[in-house]
Amino acid sequence: MTDEPLVLGIETSCDETGVGIVRGETLLVDTVASSVEEHARFGGVVPEVASRAHLEAMVPTIERACREAGVSLRDLDAIAVTSGPGLAGSLLVGVAAAKALAVALDRPIYGVNHLASHVAVDIVEHGPLPEPTMAMLVSGGHSSLLLVPDVTNDVRSLGSTMDDAAGEAFDKVARVLGLPFPGGPHIDRAAREGDRIAIDFPRGLTSRRDLERHRFDFSFSGLKTAVARWVEMRHRDGEAVPVADVAASFQEAVVDVLTRKAVLACKDNGVDHLLIGGGVAANSRLRALAEERCTKAGIALRVPRPGLCTDNGAMVAALGAQMVAKGREPSDLGLPTDSSMPVQLVQS
Amino acid sequence: MLILGIDTSTTAISVALHDGDRVVAQATTLDARAHAEHLAPGIRAALDQAGAAPRDVTGVVVGIGPGPFTGLRVGIVSGRTFAFALGLPVHGLCSLDALAHEAWLGGHRGGLLVATDARRKEVYAAEFLLDEGGLTRLAGPVVSRAAELQHDWRRLPIAGRGPLLYPADLPGPPEDGSEPSGIPLPRDVSAGALADLAVRRLADGDPADPLDGLEPLYLRRPDVSKAPPSQKSTLG
Ligand SMILES: [Zn+2]
Repeated sequence: MTDEPLVLGIETSCDETGVGIVRGETLLVDTVASSVEEHARFGGVVPEVASRAHLEAMVPTIERACREAGVSLRDLDAIAVTSGPGLAGSLLVGVAAAKALAVALDRPIYGVNHLASHVAVDIVEHGPLPEPTMAMLVSGGHSSLLLVPDVTNDVRSLGSTMDDAAGEAFDKVARVLGLPFPGGPHIDRAAREGDRIAIDFPRGLTSRRDLERHRFDFSFSGLKTAVARWVEMRHRDGEAVPVADVAASFQEAVVDVLTRKAVLACKDNGVDHLLIGGGVAANSRLRALAEERCTKAGIALRVPRPGLCTDNGAMVAALGAQMVAKGREPSDLGLPTDSSMPVQLVQS
Repeated sequence: MLILGIDTSTTAISVALHDGDRVVAQATTLDARAHAEHLAPGIRAALDQAGAAPRDVTGVVVGIGPGPFTGLRVGIVSGRTFAFALGLPVHGLCSLDALAHEAWLGGHRGGLLVATDARRKEVYAAEFLLDEGGLTRLAGPVVSRAAELQHDWRRLPIAGRGPLLYPADLPGPPEDGSEPSGIPLPRDVSAGALADLAVRRLADGDPADPLDGLEPLYLRRPDVSKAPPSQKSTLG
């Protein structure tokens, strides 16, 4: 028996219907239903398709999570749910379901920020977060460097992407190379056979001047265009495109900038821990290079396992459990969704 | 018996509790843009009004539309999840039937067109015949431009917001006295009427008139043309 809070978390900010259950800092279950296959033929997530899939998956996913964790809904202490940022119609399905649970079970509800949840999930993987933590979130929707003194109510943005998110660049380059959606895993796989110094693609916002004005910001749109142009030239010259080399060189350009700026952020702020989250954190080269550079800089690297890096309900439950444990006030039952919720706002 | 009724297929976010004889509590908010904000507080308000706890509820009925998708889903997922959390049966009913039933409860008899806002310059519509025994849906629901609905439908008395949105195309009956006694017709779905219809149909157990499924009546395929190619990929 334990008096650690038992929290169920619901995540529906994009195309994954995630339900996770956490007790204190222990993950009991992480259940995800994805509609990715329905989107693949459109080359990107179609919001209406995602919303319809969330509606169908919601109750079955809650049911499966409870069954697999051996938890009865009556035992829950609180419900947590992603209230933003994300696709408006998708967020609404999750928030409505969470509220219905909260009313039916008469439990408090915590509407939480998706990005803070990406940080908090590492608590159930690697234990309490050092305060402050430096976090880099890289996914299809965001590329941010965050200084996190307290994940339950103090998250500060040091910089973020000025155009495409890192994962978005992977998707777009994959399309250029004729690789399927989502691009991340396919580029990662293709790159293993390639030479990462074959082509010298640009590293956005790394010039000396940029490092003053946009020290911790990212830009991947120029890189994406450079890859597209390079491939186009080969086509025009009637030459075969060395897919593996392009994939490896492109990937290297992305992870080089990401890891360089992340290490710089740690040094500037005197933080000796770096946490990487978000779907792109599943990229094998990003993990390897981050490990190498962090070791060299004396920084401890924390990366949750790939299943906890992509969107899931466990991360929401993990943050909710922290909020309960720290005695934070629950959200109002009338809480709104916010598709462009700022990262600094941990709870709505 | 205590049936929780929920409908979010129109501008109204409507919640009601029905004890088998009558509506004992109702909470309705008009807000076309914030269904998810008002619904759960509405359920709690209705429970408080009835002096009931969630565990006193014995069943859930939810309007399955047709209606604008985003709001509609809020009601359906809330009804399904509330019922699942308490181990209750959950039923779905066509929301246009609830509008026709409210007209019936108000004393309307004869033909009735229900036409609600489908956005994109269209309406959701169904034709009903109301007699002493109750309502019969003769045709629909369909989604259509108001002007393209068949002519004899558009001359019927009309419930729903259709006539307010498209007065030129949905004038209702001519001013020659065929309008039945000036009975006001409902514009938005009331969860009280929805729950009352469900209670009656459950009591009848009429197999020819079953409760509808729990799937939303979208009546439109998802719009993939306007979708951003990737606001956010599945990479997380
Ligand atoms: Zn994410």
